[in-house]
Amino acid sequence: MTDSSANLVAKLEDRFSNELIDCITDRDQVTVILAADDLLSVCTVLRDEEQFAFTQLSDLCGVDYSTYGQVDWSTQETTSTGFSRGRQGNDQANSHNTNERYAVVYHLLSITHNIRLRIRCYVTDEYPRIASVSAIWSSADWFEREAFDLFGILFEGHPDLRRLLTDYGFIGHPFRKDFPLEGNVEVRYDPDKKRVIYEPVTITNRVLVPRVIRDDNRFTTPTEEQSDA
Amino acid sequence: MPEIRNMTMNFGPQHPAAHGVLRLVLEMDGEVIERADPHIGLLHRGTEKLAESKPFNQSIGYMDRLDYVSMMCNEHAYVMAIEKLLGVTPPLRAQYIRVMFDEITRVLNHLMWLGTHGLDVGAMTMFLYCFREREDLMDCYEAVSGTRMHATYYRPGGVYRDLPSMMPKYEASKWHKQEEVDRLNENRQGSLLDYIASFTDRFPGCIDEYETLLTDNRIWKQRTVGIGVVSPERALQLGFTGPMLRGSGIEWDLRKKQPYEVYDQMDFDIPVGTDGDCYDRYLVRVEEMRQSNRIIKQCVDWLRQNPGPVMIDDHKLVPPRREEMKEDMESLIHHFKLFTEGYCVPEGEFYSAIEHPKGEFGIYLISDGANKPYRLKVRAPGFAHLSSMNEMVKGHMLSDVVAVIGTQDIVFGEIDR
Repeated sequence: MTDSSANLVAKLEDRFSNELIDCITDRDQVTVILAADDLLSVCTVLRDEEQFAFTQLSDLCGVDYSTYGQVDWSTQETTSTGFSRGRQGNDQANSHNTNERYAVVYHLLSITHNIRLRIRCYVTDEYPRIASVSAIWSSADWFEREAFDLFGILFEGHPDLRRLLTDYGFIGHPFRKDFPLEGNVEVRYDPDKKRVIYEPVTITNRVLVPRVIRDDNRFTTPTEEQSDA
Repeated sequence: MPEIRNMTMNFGPQHPAAHGVLRLVLEMDGEVIERADPHIGLLHRGTEKLAESKPFNQSIGYMDRLDYVSMMCNEHAYVMAIEKLLGVTPPLRAQYIRVMFDEITRVLNHLMWLGTHGLDVGAMTMFLYCFREREDLMDCYEAVSGTRMHATYYRPGGVYRDLPSMMPKYEASKWHKQEEVDRLNENRQGSLLDYIASFTDRFPGCIDEYETLLTDNRIWKQRTVGIGVVSPERALQLGFTGPMLRGSGIEWDLRKKQPYEVYDQMDFDIPVGTDGDCYDRYLVRVEEMRQSNRIIKQCVDWLRQNPGPVMIDDHKLVPPRREEMKEDMESLIHHFKLFTEGYCVPEGEFYSAIEHPKGEFGIYLISDGANKPYRLKVRAPGFAHLSSMNEMVKGHMLSDVVAVIGTQDIVFGEIDR
């Protein structure tokens, strides 16, 4: 598929010379980075024009980049604090790049050309919002509801933007990196009140395996060779 | 004149035909559906968030629990995404084992689907027949991984261990007499491959049995022909994949179009429907079982002739053998590092998609170079199928909702994640 992905990149760069912020080919998969404002016009062309014919949206998801590359345990030099196994998790500060915290990632599939394309749109931090593609691909309906539920990204123009996966009356957006893994509330049946009640969580998160990043030369080499070729 | 209003009806979440925990709010005009609003998430466990907090290998077991009727296929997509990011290729024998078990899983899934779909629509015998054959395949899972369902058998770099040279046998007990046990053990005398081979010889006859009961059955046809019709254009728009898309007449199968592992070496056909109704999707899935049977046979032949390693020989990714650990300091260190920290996956992102029994099952993995995934997104085929529920049942009768749920082959493990 190497030929076809190079071919696709050429076609994309030719057709969208103004809109493309970046176009990356990694491990034979093409990623296009777009500004949120250009999304709808580009997507319509991608679906309708014969040279692309991306008739199906396979997947749509949100990503929170706020802790990207952060680790629990320094591997480059010795730490002054040391590391204990039973560690309290998730005290990472919000030291992210302010205007690119969230991204929405679209995976398109063209059945006629047998090729996939990934589109990534970064959305601004405080009130993330982006145009809905549910008018272009019907399958976006629930995928966008899910991304709204889990990340709090607002999809403008979506016909019915309700929560999808979380509980009725749930507060917060659980897949954001600052939402604790153990959650905020827990439920139990109260025999006195004779109903299910919500309480603050009583469990704490213990990190048993620290998150580390190590430079491993053996695995970085094949990727660099690919990008050269 | 009294005011006439539509009635809103609650279907599930504890309805046996809801296939799990589907809550369907139906707006009815008499017995005709005006609008269907599925409420999902009752089985949401946050698999993707949990995966972010664990080393890569510890999440393989979670993948089994997504679509809990086709376990190894879920693992396959996840393991393949990690392998692609690492740039490793499993040995050929492991690839054949994976393909064989993917197809065994497909048969398992379709048997479950056929049994429950039949049961929902009123053919109780189907359920009993299908579970009889499912049991044999579950024994294959058990022989190879030690568990009947949640196998955790595929690992980055291959499969956990080679196929066993003998099948576990039944033992006589208070409830099972010796003659009965002898009869059950008849095809378990040889290796696992012999057992699978005997199954593949027998299985086409079993499918004929199912088809005798259903394919020309008047009641079955009345309940499925013309129900839940989806045109090919709409099927693409709605994100349909797998048998749902092929039932609508689009010939699209990732095993043929974007082959992974050794599917390009296999000889099989893709069945395609014409009308896009529940009956066509039934025919497609039944034919898929026959084709899977063909693929399993080819894999068994190859695996018999080609012994070899089933795991790459890289102890940065794969634990060393236990005997080596007793003797060799290096192996001990590798084992310790692997189980306390795991391995780091180079920075990058990959979307790996496989032809899951239900459709395209995708894993979108973002790694920032750490020993845990940065973001894992599971693209579940059932999620896209269920989202079309409103469109598929609009204008149909209430009892057809059950047929549509059945034909969509819904499993909540993967939809709610």
